[in-house]
Amino acid sequence: MAAKLRETPLIDELLKGPWPSFVKEIKKCAQNEKNERGSARSNDLLGVLERSYKETIGHWKHGGIVGVMGYGGGVIGRYNDLPEEFPNVAHFHTIRVNQPSGWFYTSDILRKLCDIWDKHGSGITNMHGSTGDIVFLGCATDDLEPTFADLTALGFDLGGSGSAVRTPSCCCGMARCEWACYDTMALTDDLTRTFQDELHRPAFPYKFKFKMSGCPNDCVASIARADMSIIGTWRDDIQIDQKAVADYASKLNLENDVISRCPTKCMSWDGKKLSIDNSNCVKCMHCINAMPKALAPGKDRGATILLGSKAPIIGGALLSSVIVPFLKIEPPYEDIKELAEAIWDLWAEHGKNRERVGEFIQRIGMGNFLEQIGLEPRPEMVINPRSNPYIFYDQDQE
Amino acid sequence: MAEPKKKRITDIGPPSYENFLPPIIKKNYGKWKYHEIIKPGVLMHVSESGDKLYSVRAATPRLAATDTIRLFAQIADEFCDGFLRYTSRNNVEFLITDEKKVEPCIAKLKKEGYPVGGMGNSITNIVHTQGWVHCHSAATDASGVVKCVMDELFPYFESMKLPAKLRIAFACCLNMCGAVHCSDIALLGVHIKPPVVSHDTLPAQCEIPTTVSACPTGAVRTATVDGKPSVEIVEEQCMFCANCFTVCPSIKLNNPTDGLSVWVGGKVSNARHEPMFSKLAIPYIPNEPPRWPTVVKSVKNIVEVYAKNARKFERMGEWIERIGWPKFFELTEIPFTKYHIDDFTHAGESFRRSVYFRQSDVRE
Repeated sequence: MAAKLRETPLIDELLKGPWPSFVKEIKKCAQNEKNERGSARSNDLLGVLERSYKETIGHWKHGGIVGVMGYGGGVIGRYNDLPEEFPNVAHFHTIRVNQPSGWFYTSDILRKLCDIWDKHGSGITNMHGSTGDIVFLGCATDDLEPTFADLTALGFDLGGSGSAVRTPSCCCGMARCEWACYDTMALTDDLTRTFQDELHRPAFPYKFKFKMSGCPNDCVASIARADMSIIGTWRDDIQIDQKAVADYASKLNLENDVISRCPTKCMSWDGKKLSIDNSNCVKCMHCINAMPKALAPGKDRGATILLGSKAPIIGGALLSSVIVPFLKIEPPYEDIKELAEAIWDLWAEHGKNRERVGEFIQRIGMGNFLEQIGLEPRPEMVINPRSNPYIFYDQDQE
Repeated sequence: MAEPKKKRITDIGPPSYENFLPPIIKKNYGKWKYHEIIKPGVLMHVSESGDKLYSVRAATPRLAATDTIRLFAQIADEFCDGFLRYTSRNNVEFLITDEKKVEPCIAKLKKEGYPVGGMGNSITNIVHTQGWVHCHSAATDASGVVKCVMDELFPYFESMKLPAKLRIAFACCLNMCGAVHCSDIALLGVHIKPPVVSHDTLPAQCEIPTTVSACPTGAVRTATVDGKPSVEIVEEQCMFCANCFTVCPSIKLNNPTDGLSVWVGGKVSNARHEPMFSKLAIPYIPNEPPRWPTVVKSVKNIVEVYAKNARKFERMGEWIERIGWPKFFELTEIPFTKYHIDDFTHAGESFRRSVYFRQSDVRE
């Protein structure tokens, strides 16, 4: 029989309103009679959270090395700073479980994952964490190994944490999108398997994230959130179904809604036929987004590879920038893997502690970086050439 | 005698996604022709073969009880032969092949309290971080603020009446595990007081050189306190990023004065305009649990001013770029302060170095 729920008048205010309530979710776990230990943990979590709401301050601590044998990541140690009052959440660690590409599940596999987490943990999850993992919130130190054993027996493994390859993630790609310019789920799955050692055993200056988006709409925010952003694109002509365009012409104002919105003004509509100067198309996707039945990306598809995005810590936020303007994405993806490994070799050797690849490139200079990893400078990599004349001319040149 | 050890399984990676794809997706993989949003929250994908797949999108609070996941599994069994997926913004999608099951599935989800919507020109689920539920460096709660904001913006989730899609993201400190820096509206927890060093625990808990080098402004310096090695904080150099706290738990930054900031106009898609960072709208709002009324009111105001003034297809950042930032501050009645002017590395890049502005917007 589950213990009496803690009194939580403040967070109970969050049970009101039409949006699904996380407090209701925690209470479901705290009342789960099939999971006595887990429900006690969730009940204490309610108490801690109520306390934070009263005092406007958090009560969690980090630090300490905690994890499963042989791995350096996948578990985030979390301790409460009020262990006497809330003993069941004194240690309340996070387990990151590597999600299958594209976040597709069967009801059967979800139930089996729930069985494991109800057996060993609080019953609280995140579907999903920011990087893409299935997150189990609230595991005691002693329960980590048994949870891991059950997960691997089911065919799951831990995700990344710390200064390692972080769990790669992707959009649903070809599984359910006509705009996917390459097979994002297959590439994500392959890179994740190939780089298991780099994922589980942190050996880099800081984290390294891969995100695969199938087209320039970038549904997984690859350009803002991945050290290596692989964004689908195409080289040939946008596919046009003129009859379908004519149908849209009765629903949309083609001139205002599509033609004038084109960033390079490479389209025209004469009332019967849509013409596109494809040599000037920058693959922004607007016209395709606006008329999905009439237009589609071309057939010569691949991806642009960009490097270096990150959130502000330490040197300020960055977006990824172009490093390979176009690449066909085909198994076994040796070119992408070799590029990633060349980058890691250089960065692991010369990067400073907690310096992301984007910051590293800014510090050593993109020109030097390209030379070291063996890529040629290309005009697509910059918005414009430098305007300052402080050039570090090579001394070994004639 | 100990039992013989079972072979320990490691480094297997995730199970293959192919195990979890419904037959209609396996059959039409890479062969989808087009899609339509047939009503808010329902996508129809049509393949070259003529097959149709309906995806019903429902909101989840991200933090989910196993019982809720079991409920979703049961709904998937009832309406979609057991197949579902999650989205990058914490929604769940039920993958239906029989059109007749779409409406009953929606009805079931609504009855259970998981509303359907978040497609097209709407406000969909807010991506967010852990906050006070589970994070050591949180300056605010994440799930709570998200809940309050979405309660207020709920009509925009269930409809598609905005000029364009509007993406909101939430991170509870500058670490930004939510990477909110390219969102139409970003809510960001901020610390506003310098950290307090616990000299007793620091020598045992922290590596001093790592701690010193963690500071982007050089505000953390070595010091000897009571004969023991430690660090000191040059308070006027601190911009409250919490990076020192992340590498050294003995430097505590959390404070009841922590609060939130609001940023606007970012995007990640390339459509019409290149991806953009979000820019500062409101530098500080104190934490007001349990319902954060000021944050909710501020976000609603920005959404309503945008909805009224932006043109069709214009994202927040595109709209502001067209009308100019002075006009944005005028229309939203948000005060412009010294905090809005960048003073970190490359600050000058955002100074106006021309006379290209509308004199008509200049206020007394």
